Amino acid sequence: MISIKNLNKRYGKLQVLNNLSVEFERGQVVSIIGPNGSGKTTTIKCLLGIVQPDSGEVYVDDELVLKQWEYRRKIGYMPQISHFPENMKVRQLFDMMKDIRKDVSELDEELIGLYNIQKMYDKRLGSLSGGMKQKVSASLAFLFQPDLLILDEPTAGLDPLSSEILKAKILKEKKRDKLILISSHIMSEIEEVADDILCMMDGRLCFYRSIAAIKEETGEARLGKAIAKLITY
Amino acid sequence: MDKVIKYVLYDILRNRIVLGYTIFLLIMSLGMFQLENDPAKAVLSLLNVVLLVVPLISIIFATIHFYNSQEFIELLVAQPINRQKIFYSEYLGVAISLATAFLTGVGVPLLLFGGGAIRSGAAGIYLITAGLFLTFIFVALAFLASVLTSDKAKGIGLALLLWFYFSLLYDGLVMMVLFYFSDYPLDKFSLAMLSLNPIDLGRVLVLLQIDVSALMGYTGALYKNLFSNFTGVLYACLLMLAWAVLPLMLAKRIFIRKDL
Repeated sequence: MISIKNLNKRYGKLQVLNNLSVEFERGQVVSIIGPNGSGKTTTIKCLLGIVQPDSGEVYVDDELVLKQWEYRRKIGYMPQISHFPENMKVRQLFDMMKDIRKDVSELDEELIGLYNIQKMYDKRLGSLSGGMKQKVSASLAFLFQPDLLILDEPTAGLDPLSSEILKAKILKEKKRDKLILISSHIMSEIEEVADDILCMMDGRLCFYRSIAAIKEETGEARLGKAIAKLITY
Repeated sequence: MDKVIKYVLYDILRNRIVLGYTIFLLIMSLGMFQLENDPAKAVLSLLNVVLLVVPLISIIFATIHFYNSQEFIELLVAQPINRQKIFYSEYLGVAISLATAFLTGVGVPLLLFGGGAIRSGAAGIYLITAGLFLTFIFVALAFLASVLTSDKAKGIGLALLLWFYFSLLYDGLVMMVLFYFSDYPLDKFSLAMLSLNPIDLGRVLVLLQIDVSALMGYTGALYKNLFSNFTGVLYACLLMLAWAVLPLMLAKRIFIRKDL
């Protein structure tokens, strides 16, 4: 569904992405891991067209998407840190999004219900806490039933209960033949939801394998240890 | 496009700055017409204030608005919306609301009091035209300043510098050149220099409709010759249009290539 070819991006002197090439298919849950500053978020932003790569190509469903915008109807995105217009109320935000995405008739409001978003409908987005904003952001990402979900450190600001709800939702969507990309640092969580792991290092692909293969290769039962072994070798 | 504009307008109307700007212009215009018996003179005084205030408010408000909309823009660029559309919606939202404020604040008093003499009536129409053009031009310049740097303080600084240049510095420079080279015929040159500053264009456009142009001597006669006929006015309007469109196009080009 997605294919990235020879992607390069530099911010000033810093080479953030270095000839990155990778492919993802429908029905996959891929977890993107790597040290801080290894280019995870930049890769995601290039996919979304928020950041323009210096060179290289991104294809979604065999279509070149650089400088395009229609393809984004297939994508639900939950950013690492959600910035919302501060003076807008939660209700207005959802109304606006629904208004902009009139093309989608069937909405998935499960997370709105589970996270009790209705209760904060009349609050200003500026007055919400970080975790509450994450909940709003997660509900928005799933709302339009996208084929591709991109979640950038989704559980970072969420309480344990809310994380569980989100993980259950991810597993549920996986069964519906969607591609889900998750960037995360929490190994136990990755093990629960993901099938494959894409590890990035200094803007390059370090390895891209299934969890079972990683464990088999290293002979470790715990994913964290197995990955540590792979990286040092 | 209308959907995004709708939300930009909502956002602008929620803070009261545009309303305050309208009331300020309204009080000022009414005051001018009350103080001066001759509507032509009132239009003249109004012109000086408009040429100073409209560019300043437009450029500062638009710059601050652009930086404050950063979150809104970030939210929208991840949605299936063209970036160009987001940019133009932001621009039109700001420019239309400021233009409406100007029309209400200056246009209504002009209609009430300025229509008396035919000459000042014409000048009034030109004053409104110039003010509207200046609004669109300086909002475009503000957007250009905003996309050039991600730092809000730098962006506002750049916007202020642009205003300072066009309002004060430029005239000083032209005066200096005219003074040093006063032995040479500079009519054509001064006309060219005039085209390079939208505020001066606006000023001359209005001044020549009032009889004070006689005070401007030989150059004034040349201007009068050019700007009092239809071609001259068309020339000035096209130049003003270019002053709005070119910075806007440049800003759009930068914006659609920008990393957010």
